[in-house]
Amino acid sequence: MILTNIEGVPGKTIVEHFGIVQGSTVRAKHVGKDIMAGFKNIIGGEIKSYTELLNESRQEAIERMVKQADTLGANAIINVRFATSSITQGAAELFAYGTAVRVE
Amino acid sequence: MGSFLEILIFLGLLALGYFAGHYFERKHYKSIRLRESQTLHIPLITVGAKPPWPNAKEAKLFIGGVVISTDYFKTISAGLRNLVGGRVMAYETLLDRGRREALLRMKEQAIEWGATQILNVRLETASIWGAEGKQSVGSVEVIAYGTGIKE
Repeated sequence: MILTNIEGVPGKTIVEHFGIVQGSTVRAKHVGKDIMAGFKNIIGGEIKSYTELLNESRQEAIERMVKQADTLGANAIINVRFATSSITQGAAELFAYGTAVRVE
Repeated sequence: MGSFLEILIFLGLLALGYFAGHYFERKHYKSIRLRESQTLHIPLITVGAKPPWPNAKEAKLFIGGVVISTDYFKTISAGLRNLVGGRVMAYETLLDRGRREALLRMKEQAIEWGATQILNVRLETASIWGAEGKQSVGSVEVIAYGTGIKE
């Protein structure tokens, strides 16, 4: 599966369109990690545990999107976009969407 | 006595935020500048969504993400700034660091893969889990993504 965020795949031509595919995941924060993040709010800097958590979650959202494209018979997803929204105080949604296509 | 202790704790946190925050910020900027000069050979392009594209055989999506947090001193100084308005320098540098770090992480992954260019670079910023009243800019997530190509 080839993923790009441009309107096609360089060096290949699109032979079939399957429409929009999407994947999302809602993650809640970890109490222990949140205590550490509280300390980080005093001295500042990167919160590594959150970076990892969000990267893992985004990967999961991408995997769900890829799975959906797979069942349609696509071999590439073009024009992929990402969005993050915080739903309530304790949870965030990570969302990925794109257009499933078959390229040759 | 109780209020005296409270003031002492406040001043302690303020000093810790100021010194530790500044130290880490300087350190982070130093690393950002170094890595930026090391990765200058790969152009990042914000156009390129539509063809024609440069000649390429392979393309792959790259994502760089970072969650960055404010320090106590910045929070307080931004709070004071809210009273008079104007530029909030404390948060400007925070977001600048976040964006540059996210771009660098994306770039470093692409270089490892062998990319010659990164097309259609996009940046997204989201405030993460910080809806706690006044301290709403507790931490921000910045992601950078784009399509790496190689010949």
